[in-house]
Amino acid sequence: MSATTTTLSGTGQPGPSSAGQSGGIVDRAYQFLRRIPTGVLWLIVVVWSIPTLGLFINSFRDRDAQRATGWWKVKPSELTIDNYDTIFSARAGLGRSLLNSAAIAIPATIIPIAIAAFAAYGFAWIPFRGRKGLFIATVALLAIPLQVALIPLLQMFVGGASVTLPLLDKTIVLIPDFDLAGTTTSVWLTHTGFAMPFAIFLLHNYISSLPKDLFEAARIDGADHFTIFWRLVLPLSIPVLAAFAIFQFLWTWNDYLIANTMIGANASQQPTTILIANLAGDFGRNEYILPAGAFVQAFVPLVVFFALQRYFVRGLLAGSVKG
Amino acid sequence: MATVQLEGINKVYENGYHAIHDLNLEIEDQEFLVLVGPSGCGKSTALRMIAGLETISGGTMRIGERVVNEVEPKDRDIAMVFQNYALYPHMTVYDNIGFALKLAKVPKEEIDSRVRKAAAILELEDNLQRKPGQLSGGQRQRVAMGRAIVRQPAAFLMDEPLSNLDAKLRVQMRAEIASLQRELAVTTVYVTHDQIEAMTMGDRVAVLKDGYLQQVDTPQNLYDHPVNVFVAAFIGSPSMNLFEADVRLSGDVGTVTLGSNVLGLPAECLVKNPKLRDYDGRRVIIGIRPEDYEDAALAPNVPESQRITSKVSLIEALGSEIMVHFRIDATTVDSGDPDAVEEKAGAGTANAVGRFNPRSTVRMGQTVEIAVSTENMHFFDLDSRQTIEG
Repeated sequence: MSATTTTLSGTGQPGPSSAGQSGGIVDRAYQFLRRIPTGVLWLIVVVWSIPTLGLFINSFRDRDAQRATGWWKVKPSELTIDNYDTIFSARAGLGRSLLNSAAIAIPATIIPIAIAAFAAYGFAWIPFRGRKGLFIATVALLAIPLQVALIPLLQMFVGGASVTLPLLDKTIVLIPDFDLAGTTTSVWLTHTGFAMPFAIFLLHNYISSLPKDLFEAARIDGADHFTIFWRLVLPLSIPVLAAFAIFQFLWTWNDYLIANTMIGANASQQPTTILIANLAGDFGRNEYILPAGAFVQAFVPLVVFFALQRYFVRGLLAGSVKG
Repeated sequence: MATVQLEGINKVYENGYHAIHDLNLEIEDQEFLVLVGPSGCGKSTALRMIAGLETISGGTMRIGERVVNEVEPKDRDIAMVFQNYALYPHMTVYDNIGFALKLAKVPKEEIDSRVRKAAAILELEDNLQRKPGQLSGGQRQRVAMGRAIVRQPAAFLMDEPLSNLDAKLRVQMRAEIASLQRELAVTTVYVTHDQIEAMTMGDRVAVLKDGYLQQVDTPQNLYDHPVNVFVAAFIGSPSMNLFEADVRLSGDVGTVTLGSNVLGLPAECLVKNPKLRDYDGRRVIIGIRPEDYEDAALAPNVPESQRITSKVSLIEALGSEIMVHFRIDATTVDSGDPDAVEEKAGAGTANAVGRFNPRSTVRMGQTVEIAVSTENMHFFDLDSRQTIEG
């Protein structure tokens, strides 16, 4: 409460010219050092991009040109789109495999987000007995490697799951045989299951950090849990949902291991990754069409990335609470 | 429009912390009641229990005539304004204000007219299509108010709604909220730690400390007749000066001795505080409001016996008045306010603050005569710390 009148005299300010005269070397060193992080980033961008560029160029060169010289010795005269013609030809079946990839990657992205968002909200904002323990158990599942579950899962998809009680000699069917072996469904089901721990963990971290007052205000305004989730949590979680969607789409679109295990030789259901690997043919005879195939395969995730990256908005919570 | 009644309300947290002890409060219809107290006194907890955001460990809570102990917040017919506004950042001001009505399935046309009416009252008409992020602090505060008033609830609950505003805006919004409440005539419970807000806004003020209700009364009565040392020091700024002193009476007059100073008590003083007769020869706590000190040069009518001499340690000139800090060689009394910043004086000396007339010419470091209006002095029992008044 001290409000004694102090008059500010305008003369006491240091002139702008007084700096800069001392330590020109220091200033220059500072200017130099300051640019290093940006420089390193640019270097990384270039180093990371060169193979992609090489792939892109080689995808337009025929077999002999690829064999004869490196992509950096490309001559404009040798550029051709024959490789793309080859892979899109009916015989190769790239078009169908792209649809198969989409049939895997789209459900494998949307379904985990839908389930995990509900679960994350529940873990973050609905008090129930054993909440913490259950959450820790869910997140601990991150430690389980995908590979150990491949064969059991495949067995389940092939014949369902059942237990036989030892003494009674009675067999109980836990999961019936849905005849999923060799289908894209078996692949996205597997992806969905393995995405869950990380999705819940990531979304929970974000959703639990939303301001508590917002939820209380909504409760007083008459919102139940579902309304709060639908009208507050989902709109405010768009950045993290987009981030996870990109991550999960890339991972499932580019997956080879699970698809190969579950679908294997069933050519009509193969995603692009398996098709391209097979395109090389015996002894790598057709290796020259791989760059074109790889480029087509990489194009879709790029589209998804650029489509979703505009949702990485900062300051979505601006103006909500001040604290 | 409703009363809010708290009967023997207790709050015990799961970790065993007993936040509120047997709180009894009756808030009348259309009344503006302020809950005030230092940090951690349980005032926000009490408000959140009225809102239904905290469970009630014991006692009965009534809104209107209805017991609401187990009623969900949304069904209590209350609206709450939060300290940090808690606006929905992705919705426009219009949607923020209309959200509760929309959830209550009020027809669209009615929502529209009610939102516009609330916006008109709060002068938000031009900002209805903006989002909270594009508004200034004061405007956000108004949106938070709008969200409350649009529902026409039985009671408003406000949890330190002005604490995030800058000083000037706070003074302005203080007056606006108070007049808005009178206009709408809605029962209001307002929590603050700022005793100036409490004094200026409330019909009545409830002072809490450590989960215990200390006193509920009109602002003026709290100021004039505090029931104990804590309320005496908490209400009023600067705080009441509290010292230990010895009382001696002879007939209708008497003296108090604080340190080396002896102050005369006029007959008026014993008329006001008849119980003081029981304390003859005993040590008590005396309280002197800053305005009951005056530069003796400007108060020639105050008799010689009611003056003390001290050295001025600090002067704060506020234009309309001068705050004069000085030392008295008496034992100071801790009021028990955890937020109070006690100036440390040496052992056996107490800091005192007086509010002098601006015409006073005292200067820092000067030794001056200070007149004390002892007839306005407050007396408290040394052990119980309760008032001796009456």
